[in-house]
Amino acid sequence: MSRVRVLVGTRKGAFILTSSERRTRWTVKGPYFAGWEIYHLKGSPADPDRLYASQSSAWFGQVVQRSNDGGRTWAPVGNAFAYEGVPGTHQWYDGTPHPWEFKRVWHFEPSPLEPDTVYAGVEDAALFRTTDGGQTWQELPGLRGHGTGSQWTPGAGGMGLHTILLNPADPASIVVAISAAGAFRTDDGGATWRPINRGLKSQYIPDPDAEIGHCVHRIARHPSRPSVLFMQKHWDVMRSDDGGESWREVSGNLPTDFGFTIDVHSHEPDTVYVVPIKSDAEHYPLDGRLRVYRSRTGGNAWEALSDGLPQRNCYVNVLREAMATDALESCGIYFGTTGGQVYVSADSGDHWSAIARDLPAVLSVEVQTLA
Amino acid sequence: MIRVALPGPLATLARIGSEVTLDVPPPVTQRAVLDAVETRWPALRGTMRDAQSGRRRSLVRFYACGEDVSHESPDAPLPEAVVSGDEPYIVLGAIAGG
Repeated sequence: MSRVRVLVGTRKGAFILTSSERRTRWTVKGPYFAGWEIYHLKGSPADPDRLYASQSSAWFGQVVQRSNDGGRTWAPVGNAFAYEGVPGTHQWYDGTPHPWEFKRVWHFEPSPLEPDTVYAGVEDAALFRTTDGGQTWQELPGLRGHGTGSQWTPGAGGMGLHTILLNPADPASIVVAISAAGAFRTDDGGATWRPINRGLKSQYIPDPDAEIGHCVHRIARHPSRPSVLFMQKHWDVMRSDDGGESWREVSGNLPTDFGFTIDVHSHEPDTVYVVPIKSDAEHYPLDGRLRVYRSRTGGNAWEALSDGLPQRNCYVNVLREAMATDALESCGIYFGTTGGQVYVSADSGDHWSAIARDLPAVLSVEVQTLA
Repeated sequence: MIRVALPGPLATLARIGSEVTLDVPPPVTQRAVLDAVETRWPALRGTMRDAQSGRRRSLVRFYACGEDVSHESPDAPLPEAVVSGDEPYIVLGAIAGG
């Protein structure tokens, strides 16, 4: 019988939630790294017992934790993220040049093939890689150095690289997204990069059609169809059918197209999930009703999913890293909230229940489907 | 032997007690003590001082004999009471946040 392991990063530690494939009875373990912010933790597809966690605090900086036994035990590995060469400057909020300074790891993306190879998206935005299980990290400097880096500006939450999409069919192709610089792609394994933001329109920047400067919150795709990308931008849900060369809006009938997270069904490449949030000023669901929206048509036509979710007085947020899917036959959808709830639907979103209700604010959710 | 007091989160991270002792060859300076701590417990690298610049992290303070020595030169000798082990060298997480 298969099992699922849900990796939850919170403001005050990590939690590991496990269940059989029925996903009705859950064991909650944690907090791991109690008191520290866990921006993200993720397992290696090549070795599901190999986990990586980003542990950080305003006091003591960045720590990287690694587990070789599915989270039972952990050990710190390398935490030195040195920008390649002279770091230079990006643009500060007031338009002045500001030195690049490493702050924290926002996202780990383990290689689908090598447990010791992991990509790390960091703040201030850059992409790093380890090939020795996290002992040492090297920047892929072509991203910051491709030409627009000096114009990148932080979003309200910092200038973090949060999305890393590896292409199992083409290891040389990687898509990343940065708040608030936009989306970028390499086709040569990270040596050279270019912006892929054509079609994005952001009314809150001086040139709404600018090459960079768009506040991309999250990009997701189905691994079987790597050229089709779904994006939750600051405002607007977008779709690309050509690997990001061009984008079109697919917000359709969403009640609000502001949001943070987006994900794709494990078996249906055109089934997409978002959690609409009222606005950039009001980071909670419309009307106090927590609803996931599902499109079975790759966007534009969306249906509200609310069975089992609070439909009154709910004013939580769902952050960009806080949604994931399992790979079981009846696809499970998971998300966590800033109110500390972790919800699961074992039937593609039709019905929801809470796995946990009172964790610290949830920053990230990842799911492993285990044999 | 030099005594070094560590804040709880760092002691937990390194899986050690909140006060440790270690040999530091003279001259005993803040830099020498912190280098010795990081060499003995590599998990603490980058948590008290920035891994790249070596500068004290903003919300970490260093005390010796009841004095805040955070802004003293890292290469200045520490007081004799710290060198002799009568007083600990204290690494403190600032009271900050909410």
